Amino acid sequence: MTAPTEAPRPAAVDTVERRGDKTFSRLAVGAGTAILIALAAVAIFLVAQSLPAIVAPAGSFRGTEGDFWQYVAPLAFGTVWAAALALIMAVPIAVGIALFISHYAPRKLAQPLGYIIDLLAAVPSVVYGLWGITVLAPATVPLYEWLAENAGWFPLFAGPASGTGRTVLTVAIVLAVMVLPIITALTREVFVQTPTLNQEAAYALGATWWEMVRMAVFPYARSGIISASMLGLGRALGETMAVAMVLSPSAIISFAVIQSENPSTIAANIALNFPESAGIQVNALIATGLVLFVITLIVNSLARYIVNRHERSLESR
Amino acid sequence: MTATLPPRAAADPQGAGPARVNSYTSGKLPRWAAPALTVACLMGAIAVVALLAAAGAIGEFSLVLAVILGTVSAIALITTISLIAEGRRAATNRFMIALVITAFVVALLPLVSVLSTVLVNGAPRFDLQFFTWSMRSVIGEGGGALHAIVGTLQITAWATLISVPIGLFAAIYLVEYGRGPLARAITFFVDVMTGIPSIVAGLFAYALFALIFGEGVRLGFAGSVALSVLMIPVVVRSSEEMLKLVPNELREAAYALGVPKWLTVVKVVLPTAAAGIITGITLAIARVIGETAPLLIVAGFTSSMNYNAFSERMQSLPVFVYTQYANPGTDVDVYLERAWAGALTLIIIVMALNLIARLITRLFQPKAGR
Amino acid sequence: MDTSRRLISALALTAVLATSGCAVNELNRGDSSGPLAGTLDGAGSSAQSAAQEVWIASAQNANGRLTVNYEPSGSGAGRESFLAGGLDFAGSDSALTAEEAEAGLSACVPGSGAINLPLYISPLAIIVNIEGVDELNLDAATIALIFRGEITAWDDPRIQEMNPDAALPSAPITAVHRSDASGTTKNFTDYLAQAAPDEWAAESGDAFPYGGESAQGNSGVVNAVANGRNTIGYADASRAGDLTIVSLKVGDEFVAYTPEAAARVVEASPLEDGRADDDLAINLDRTIDAAGTYPLVLVSYIIACRDYPNDADAELVRGYLEWVASPEAQELSAEFAGSAPLSPGLADRVLAAIEGIR
Repeated sequence: MTAPTEAPRPAAVDTVERRGDKTFSRLAVGAGTAILIALAAVAIFLVAQSLPAIVAPAGSFRGTEGDFWQYVAPLAFGTVWAAALALIMAVPIAVGIALFISHYAPRKLAQPLGYIIDLLAAVPSVVYGLWGITVLAPATVPLYEWLAENAGWFPLFAGPASGTGRTVLTVAIVLAVMVLPIITALTREVFVQTPTLNQEAAYALGATWWEMVRMAVFPYARSGIISASMLGLGRALGETMAVAMVLSPSAIISFAVIQSENPSTIAANIALNFPESAGIQVNALIATGLVLFVITLIVNSLARYIVNRHERSLESR
Repeated sequence: MTATLPPRAAADPQGAGPARVNSYTSGKLPRWAAPALTVACLMGAIAVVALLAAAGAIGEFSLVLAVILGTVSAIALITTISLIAEGRRAATNRFMIALVITAFVVALLPLVSVLSTVLVNGAPRFDLQFFTWSMRSVIGEGGGALHAIVGTLQITAWATLISVPIGLFAAIYLVEYGRGPLARAITFFVDVMTGIPSIVAGLFAYALFALIFGEGVRLGFAGSVALSVLMIPVVVRSSEEMLKLVPNELREAAYALGVPKWLTVVKVVLPTAAAGIITGITLAIARVIGETAPLLIVAGFTSSMNYNAFSERMQSLPVFVYTQYANPGTDVDVYLERAWAGALTLIIIVMALNLIARLITRLFQPKAGR
Repeated sequence: MDTSRRLISALALTAVLATSGCAVNELNRGDSSGPLAGTLDGAGSSAQSAAQEVWIASAQNANGRLTVNYEPSGSGAGRESFLAGGLDFAGSDSALTAEEAEAGLSACVPGSGAINLPLYISPLAIIVNIEGVDELNLDAATIALIFRGEITAWDDPRIQEMNPDAALPSAPITAVHRSDASGTTKNFTDYLAQAAPDEWAAESGDAFPYGGESAQGNSGVVNAVANGRNTIGYADASRAGDLTIVSLKVGDEFVAYTPEAAARVVEASPLEDGRADDDLAINLDRTIDAAGTYPLVLVSYIIACRDYPNDADAELVRGYLEWVASPEAQELSAEFAGSAPLSPGLADRVLAAIEGIR
């Protein structure tokens, strides 16, 4: 099977050089370079603002006696933890919905359904925050109490359960709902674009619906699904307001997901503390932003590495 | 696919065949089996939970518990019956279809919950005054969000004007031209860019504009720049995926006809990918239009109208919603109603943008597409 | 159908207004003969936000050519921005230190310094949500132990002792504190540190020093307390709504919250030492045990230059702040923002300081 995402061969490019072509390719290169310049500017800003905090002596940070790294460690952990939980919930569901819309629901139904899911993306994060604290968090309290009582032996569900439901699990659910439309919309578009011929061929060979999906849809959509998940992950890692409004944070590292004390996330911590910060505290917050930047960098490299290895193994098959 | 197929497993893609009796449908469950089983399981689960509740075993009756129980038992039952009657492959198929449908329903739950919450709470103040008044000199009751609506539209429009050309051209570069280190760098760093926390984008834009205009600068346009930083990666990423999916045969056919590369991209590649690209752009707009933190830092806060994104403070809907929620006066309900009405307005704006985008797509899309 | 028609007409009208005109309420911008004309930019404390709204609205109605913007971006952000010269005035829940106030501020004439004006007094309330309990008495020591997580059940003998008549359940206590750094937390912890120094070892600060349940902002805490069960939290008193407000032990009696009782503790507290006469930073004494004083109170300042480089700016600031300090404006903010009006004695001192703004 050839890789579905192969770009056009350069041979086709060099044959005819025209003025239109030159301008167009320059525009394209310019746009790409502009992004790199913007990113470099952001990076320079981040590093310049972060340095004073990174070298600051222990004790100059809120909520800890330690130095910057001790300040940022629980935040970094919480960011990754909450985003991972959210993605674990969101990706399978999003792929399921996308499949439902693109390959299962009747065509007449599919478009409005896709539109309805897109609506979720239209809801601003403040509203998710409001929804999280007024509807979701109170609704989860009995569930958490039940979990703490009956599944408390499992480290994730260790008690005592939160009395308000503002736990990292609730936040992960909110984040999952927020990234769901992003992942769904892109995956759906990718699924729709997979070649119909192969799907018909699969059916002709007597494949069931699921076998068709596995053989004729997923291989083409893999890179798209991963890209979509990465975008979702970016949103989940960087989400600020909804997390700040819903979470009950503490400066701890803990895997328990239904307790009152939860690790905070970097973005939420910035939003919570920025208004009352001055001087070195502002630097410290921006430095945590730099750490988030680095986390995203690592996570993305990891994802790219996995995708590349996967694609290579696909090609060699 | 090399496995030999048992004759009875020639399944219909929908998991249910026509009712005629022939060799293709023998050994298959009837069409009504799955829905009927699902309904039965849900009813059964409700009955069981109600009984348990009456017996005092689980406290009070919980519909959520009943629905979860019903769904799980329905999926298990359908799969088991299918496994016995239809064989392993059909059972796997039914199981996966059940999961896909469940995923869809599960996703609809929060959607319905969020939308109904916003609708119910937003309706009381969704009136004429809300759309014709600003908050200037309003004490307590009344007031409107016209200033915030105008601000949000302008700030988002400028952000889109900056992000879409850059993002789209970068995606074109990556897919149509990109080779070598520059392309790799762009791909990689665009991913990294998605990880910039929104508030940092706001601080960055503030620092940038403070360099030019001095301390304390507040501009609607500075807000647009902050939003662009968040928006560009989404545009690039989604457009890139969509451009990649345009079949190479189309490009080759165009080149074979002697069409220059740039015209091929503009006339063949872009229209083919238009639907996906526009979905991506709408997603990108939806992603940033609800941002609060960066706008509070650079676009500022005002109660008065401001039509000029290039001078003075500019209010925006998310900031309006957030401040109404966070800092209410004595009569909290008045503020909360304004907040919810603002949220409702924001959702409607994005919906409208979405609709417009879809109409535009129709115009661009080639008739005989896929 | 009514909603959809309303929606369509509203959208149409918005489109028209957004492109052509102006907001209906801005067509007639109040009395244009008012003495103040120009634009003032302030930012800072979000606690003051609701009060600023009322003060600004009334000032703008009296002066049609005046526009005041106040950004509730937070005390720290407001002070930073003012120190950097980006604002005409700042709102802050804690005063500038004497060094900061006298340092060369880029917003002010070099060497003139800034002044702290206590213009917003907001009582804080400890709110509880326990079914069947609509009155609760606590002393500072018990509150400190509850928020530290040392007292964990409502039927603890130390709580029952102070509330012999209340039907306290034997349920775990969920104590909710602020998850964001805030002036409210600073004043709450300051109260505990002063009134219960043995139980509350931590110093007062913007961030809550111990663990436990937390929520963002006054709104978040009120929401968490109201939606939870057997919860306790602290928030701006104006936000308490239907929740039970704890009466605090002062001296030998329990004082229920009233704005007057809160203003009394501010009146009775001394000014900070080592400052100029017009720099009115208050050193709140929360151990005063005079009858009828409610010690849990937040004082928020407006910080202004003593001498503005631009005389027109000075006139605007002076005019606006004179209005804010006036009894009428203080009554307005008491009604619409739930603050406690300045006592006459303090108001006079503040007005005298405002007179000196050049």
